[in-house]
Amino acid sequence: MTLAIRNIRVAFGGFQALDGVTLSMAAGDLVGLIGPNGAGKSTLFSVVSGFIAPDSGEVRFGDAPLDGLSPSARARTGLLRTFQVPREFSHLSVRDNLRAAAPGQVGEGLVGLFFRPGEVARQERAVTEKADAIIAFLKLDRVADVPAGRLSGGQKKLLELGRALMVEPRTILLDEPFAGVNPVLIAEIVERIRELNARGIGFLVIEHDLQALTRLVPVLHVMDRGRILASGDPAAVLDDPGVRAAYLGGVA
Amino acid sequence: MDAYLAAIAIVALIYILLALGLTLQYGLTGLINFGHVGFFAIGAYAAAILATHGAPLVLGFVAAAFFAGLAAWPIGLVSLRLRDDYFAIVTLGFSETVRLVITSEKWLTNGVQGIPAIPRLFSGLTVGIGAQLAVLAVLLAVTGAAVLAMRRIVRSPFGRIIEAIRDNEDGLRALGKEPARFKVQVLILGAGLAGLAGAFYAHYITYIVPDQFIPLVTFYVWMAIIIGGVGRISGAVVGTALLMILLEGSRFIRDVVPGISEVEMASIRLGVIGILLVLFTIYRPQGLMGDFSRK
Repeated sequence: MTLAIRNIRVAFGGFQALDGVTLSMAAGDLVGLIGPNGAGKSTLFSVVSGFIAPDSGEVRFGDAPLDGLSPSARARTGLLRTFQVPREFSHLSVRDNLRAAAPGQVGEGLVGLFFRPGEVARQERAVTEKADAIIAFLKLDRVADVPAGRLSGGQKKLLELGRALMVEPRTILLDEPFAGVNPVLIAEIVERIRELNARGIGFLVIEHDLQALTRLVPVLHVMDRGRILASGDPAAVLDDPGVRAAYLGGVA
Repeated sequence: MDAYLAAIAIVALIYILLALGLTLQYGLTGLINFGHVGFFAIGAYAAAILATHGAPLVLGFVAAAFFAGLAAWPIGLVSLRLRDDYFAIVTLGFSETVRLVITSEKWLTNGVQGIPAIPRLFSGLTVGIGAQLAVLAVLLAVTGAAVLAMRRIVRSPFGRIIEAIRDNEDGLRALGKEPARFKVQVLILGAGLAGLAGAFYAHYITYIVPDQFIPLVTFYVWMAIIIGGVGRISGAVVGTALLMILLEGSRFIRDVVPGISEVEMASIRLGVIGILLVLFTIYRPQGLMGDFSRK
């Protein structure tokens, strides 16, 4: 499913956070998105995932326009996101965080819960199995029963990825998956993203850790002041004088 | 069992029903309902009006839960558009509105004079405290059923979702779940429990007036769940029981300290509860039974 973002504009008061952003990625692409703080990267994620309504512009996922859909409706199309500051369900265990994300649960309705206990139990077994498989894949086994609020920053990043995987994602928007994560775990997360990408899941990754990101993605977009500054092969993009100027904060 | 103890137990169980409703709404879902007494009042008046017009008592209980739940429905729809703190104010305003409507609509509620002579339950059992014990037994059964149903909810997919709403609503929406439906359901269920409690209250007290349904009742229930531990079913039960013991027990202070008038006593009771609440928030903020975390 192609994700097509066209000419998105968002202003917060007098501040033009997104100033006509156009970006597209094909199904299964692995794409990086970088830029200095305040460039509008996370705002772009919020627009694409439906948390912020743009002033103009459109977002399409596959054949369907997403404009006007709620965040949850967008997630149900297979377009998932994670957050820069993890939004874990802090009092639920890691396993329950994942199980809460499972779609189509009969036991989420009160009628189903009390009048179809057999079906609820059967689904619970299946969902638990699936959650445990993802937990094992992300090597979170040791904290499976720990309340998510007690996890380290890196583990929370993995948890958010794990929850997204419960929803059968086609494309995942990852917001700074390496921020505050130790180098060993970063290598681990890079490996996991590669494996998932090999299974056909597309990723659009916001990241400040350029070293880790350039190891991961074949295509890089650079944002600055609400616009896409440069796009293409990571090495070439990072050599671009405009990009260097934006990152060093100097005058080009 | 002596009549006094039975009376305390009955009132305690009525409050436990209220506390269970609030535990569902706030403890599990994070909805700050400051208007719980409004649903309690609707239940009490629904049961009282029907019973004093000769309707079968069972119908009164069903109507109490139904109308309280029905009143929660629009509140639920409003809640979807409001931030937590504004929702708290809306619910508080709702319960005061209910009280004012009850006070004003004399044709239905008899206004400030209230509704007297509400039939007691099991009034046929006249031997000793037989009727009281029968009421106690029914209340125990109803409360027990409510506890079982809530345990089922907590351990279910529905329970996971409402706790996820409490912990991080946006996190849940990003996973394709719509919190709205769950919040409305939880509000209606909690209000239904409060309405049921109201019906038991009306039939037990046998005389209801608007002044019995002031916000203090709501905050007694809040105190109970905070003392017991928010988000825990056992916390609702234990917290309410402890609150009742303190409220009733402080009565006996007068036996020890002479010269305290009835009016002073009421203030002292509230003071004692207040101090206890402060001590709890300092030394055991998670309450007696622990808080949200299930593990």
